[in-house]
Amino acid sequence: MKLEAKIPEGPLAEKWARHKFGLKLVNPANKRKYDIIVVGTGLAGASAAASLAELGYNVKAFCFQDSPRRAHSIAAQGGINAAKNYQNDGDSVFRLFYDTIKGGDYRAREGNVYRLAEVSVNIIDQCVAQGVPFAREYGGLLANRSFGGAQVSRTFYARGQTGQQLLLGAYSALSRQVANGKVKLYPRTEMLDLVVEGGKARGIITRNLVTGKIESHSAHAVLLCTGGYGNVFYLSTNAMGSNVTAAWRAHKHGALFANPCFTQIHPTCIPVKGDYQSKLTLMSESLRNDGRVWVPKRKEDSEKIRKGLMKPTDLKEEDRDYFLERRYPSFGNLVPRDVASRNAKYVCDEGRGVSKTGLAVYLDFADAIKRDGRKTIEAKYGNLFEMYEKIVDDNPYETPMMIYPAVHYTMGGLWVDYNLMTTIPGLYALGEANFSDHGANRLGASALMQGLADGYFVIPYTVGDYLATIGPADKVSVDSPVFKQAEQRVQDQIQRLLSINGTTPVDEYHRKLGLIMWDYCGMSRTEEGLKKAKKMIQELKAEFWSNVKVTGDNEEMNQTLEQAGRVADFIELGELMVDDALNRNESCGGHFREEYSTEDGEAKRDDENYAYVAAWEYKGENQPAVLHKEDLVFENVKLTQRSYK
Amino acid sequence: MKVNLKVWRQKNNNTAGKLVEYSLDNISPDMSFLEMFDVLNAELIRKGDEPVAFDHDCREGICGMCSMYINGRAHGPQTGATTCQLHMRSFSDGDTIVVEPWRARAFPVIKDLMVDRTAFDRVVQAGGYVSVNTGSAPDANEIAIPRTIADEAMDAAQCIGCGACVAACKNASAMLFVSAKVSHMAVLPQGQAERKIRAERMVAQMDAEGFGACSFTGACSVECPKSISLDHIARMNREYLGAKLTSENV
Amino acid sequence: MSWVTQTLSSSLGRKVIMSLTGLFLSTFLVVHMAGNLQLFKGDEGRAFNEYTYFMTHNPLIITVSYLLYTSILVHALMAFVLTRHNQASRPVDYAFKRPEANSAWSSRNMGILGTVLLIFIILHMRTFWYEMHFGSVPMAEYDGKQYKDLYTVVVAAFSQWWYVLIYVVSMVALGYHLVHGFQSGFQTLGLRHKKYTPLIEALGTYVFAILIPALFAAMPIYIFLKANNFIG
Repeated sequence: MKLEAKIPEGPLAEKWARHKFGLKLVNPANKRKYDIIVVGTGLAGASAAASLAELGYNVKAFCFQDSPRRAHSIAAQGGINAAKNYQNDGDSVFRLFYDTIKGGDYRAREGNVYRLAEVSVNIIDQCVAQGVPFAREYGGLLANRSFGGAQVSRTFYARGQTGQQLLLGAYSALSRQVANGKVKLYPRTEMLDLVVEGGKARGIITRNLVTGKIESHSAHAVLLCTGGYGNVFYLSTNAMGSNVTAAWRAHKHGALFANPCFTQIHPTCIPVKGDYQSKLTLMSESLRNDGRVWVPKRKEDSEKIRKGLMKPTDLKEEDRDYFLERRYPSFGNLVPRDVASRNAKYVCDEGRGVSKTGLAVYLDFADAIKRDGRKTIEAKYGNLFEMYEKIVDDNPYETPMMIYPAVHYTMGGLWVDYNLMTTIPGLYALGEANFSDHGANRLGASALMQGLADGYFVIPYTVGDYLATIGPADKVSVDSPVFKQAEQRVQDQIQRLLSINGTTPVDEYHRKLGLIMWDYCGMSRTEEGLKKAKKMIQELKAEFWSNVKVTGDNEEMNQTLEQAGRVADFIELGELMVDDALNRNESCGGHFREEYSTEDGEAKRDDENYAYVAAWEYKGENQPAVLHKEDLVFENVKLTQRSYK
Repeated sequence: MKVNLKVWRQKNNNTAGKLVEYSLDNISPDMSFLEMFDVLNAELIRKGDEPVAFDHDCREGICGMCSMYINGRAHGPQTGATTCQLHMRSFSDGDTIVVEPWRARAFPVIKDLMVDRTAFDRVVQAGGYVSVNTGSAPDANEIAIPRTIADEAMDAAQCIGCGACVAACKNASAMLFVSAKVSHMAVLPQGQAERKIRAERMVAQMDAEGFGACSFTGACSVECPKSISLDHIARMNREYLGAKLTSENV
Repeated sequence: MSWVTQTLSSSLGRKVIMSLTGLFLSTFLVVHMAGNLQLFKGDEGRAFNEYTYFMTHNPLIITVSYLLYTSILVHALMAFVLTRHNQASRPVDYAFKRPEANSAWSSRNMGILGTVLLIFIILHMRTFWYEMHFGSVPMAEYDGKQYKDLYTVVVAAFSQWWYVLIYVVSMVALGYHLVHGFQSGFQTLGLRHKKYTPLIEALGTYVFAILIPALFAAMPIYIFLKANNFIG
């Protein structure tokens, strides 16, 4: 298989404009003859569904939540980047492009990233027109802040709820199209299979989560806007329902899965408290602007703190190790996410971690409070401190906060070309579900930007090109054998899960998988560990399929059954992630291989051998996946090694 | 700690339900309320019983999916928080905790503690938007919006659509939810073109869904996880009456 | 359905009817109060009887009084309709509720308070209004002109302790009804503003919920004490 990225020729800044002109158009009167399925209603899905319906296509939108408004995009706190340069501080489309490529450790396509930066400005315009209440200056114009160590202030925000407000904007646009009859909504409906016929995506098979009914939906094109797969780690900042099922089942039908090992670990999460923990909560990265990260210098002091024999505030200044400031004197506590996370892991591995579990480091605001006064700190972080206190029951004004890294975002995903089409014609992947724009590491406030760029400003152009090529008649009826067979496959898998009748709840397998992934394919990876993990995952898979306990029936609301199907897919994905991490003999972005690091433990990228996208092809149950490489060509940026010393 | 639970169990919308008692030992005070339910469900599954169905997703208080009526209050004893943000340390060892689904004609029970809140979606579909197609927007800074107005819009817009207002209201009224959306759009310049028709349609849809009327008890605002103010209800009343008296729709 | 009926049959429209009739009844209370203060005058009821004569013969007052009767009926009927609607909005109730944690008792019990007041109004009108219009009230003569001596009827009624008790209890109910109802009426009309709402709340609480019911309750108590020679 030859991977055709279809990146247009010409100068970087003209690629998208030229490409748009080259795309075929669907006659306005013909648009109503095309049906499009959109799976997922987060930023990418809701914006795509609304925009395509506005153009005149018939859209069916699916989500597993009870309402499109609840998709996990809603949880993004910090903001959304856009190269508006409203602050007159030297930002530009090229600078946003450059920062994104560099921040992604040179593992993303120049063409895609430039387009992302280019349309970022239109996103803000669109959202403001919808009534999204972005923060403003007293004069009434939009406010910006600098985010995630960026040198310019290009982040737009709506209190700490930017994702929520952007999603509500897209949801309102979607609701308008539902009222117009151009979008039909299917809430509490989960996609369980993709239907492919004649080499093209023809529709999907869904399960109605309330009644259990298995249904076929046919369309000219299918858009997967199903988010990331961070829940493969069980504990993550993702929502409980976030899953890989739609993308994974498409992968099994021939859609290549790219760079699955690129996962982002966010350094400032609230640490795990106990085995019962179901989910991790992220606290805004902005906390590192004023908080100092430390652990005790000596193991013995950490032990005392863990046992509650000593309070952190009792530890003398000279007995504390401000490890980020020590190792990275120029960036200090503001080193990028991956570096901060990895270093927290190192000190905890040394036994110097705090909290009962030993898996936490301090984020101390004592100096900031002394310097700026409690009022200032309260104004900046009051709501975050409150949230922390609600969960941990500690007052961060008086005792240092405890933080630990947690899985937050997945840069990998379904391989797509410049048109966002996967390797299955007619099947597209948008937002976090695709792999395209963030390379090996995503910058803060860029996830919202990408989801909306794909949905509002890319897919409305590119999907038309495909539809115009195939024509309205090229559609398969839901009564055709290919749909019936797919329905049967889904029924069979459900029956198989229900009939195992083992002894162990699904949750436990998910938890075990998460631990394997976290220990061996998390913040830091080794060949030995990955090989071990692969074996453990295979064993876990076998045990799952022989001993899982799924209660109830298919013909009812059955959350255990839903979860079982998702965990089954996560187990398979986990193995592919391990394969990908084993293949990539370098350290870049969120992927850190201990064998490929400098003497003082910094990442060593290998541009000579690994400047490519690793796209994996499914070859059948228990068959090794086949690797396809898409070489990354850099014509506009010079590849440099990141350094924060 | 040990807790005794009385949980509403109902197989589906067509069958009657009842409160069923469970008791759990070894509950950590640091657990979230939903993690306590995870523990209960794991026990039930091991015994081969049906776990308790309940809605939840983000578990950080923003998606609006979780929805339990705990010890006589929407989202439990804590104010300004969702069910998922409630922790077991809010209870005492040996407490009996009664957990019921949201109760409203417009929110039929799907199963156990899970209800159907699509009525809220239909209210938004009736007019909770600015009709602006993708691509047609002017530059974002073309319209200056005074900060106080933007803040007021944001106060209203932060509603998470959980339905606690309906659950807490003695009349199962949706006024706080609907007014938050009407208010958000009514104060912003972008919302002006459709201001009247929006208020008229959204109120009509709210009534059609079978929600009750507002008695201004204030329970909604107290139980709202985002503490949305009653000011918005007053504004919607104003918007609606003004629209009815002056709009061109007869 | 025309826009008028559509508006008035919506949940908001019905509340507007409640609000307008309720606030109108509140203004009536002030007028009624002012008139009834004549009872304290200590002139053997002359001022009071002259006042009642005026109230039953002035064409404008007569017109307004019909509006008043209508308002009472509409307020009560609409309350009934709304209560039924609100109850239907929650067909299955909670097994366990703690409403006191989030709202005031008066705000949740307007229907009960209103029912008490309706019964009181019927009793009140039977005793005085009916007697005045259709009963046999003794006559008094001031400056050669004949007046119905309602004062004597009032004194007779308020000389009985149980009758006074009913009045006092009803005025307590009125106080609770107005402490919520007065400000709620403004909320329904959308009249809420951070500058004026505190004034409305203060007016509703101190004048309408405390002062007016207290003065109304003072009358039967005063007459009772006087008629039974507890005071001079």
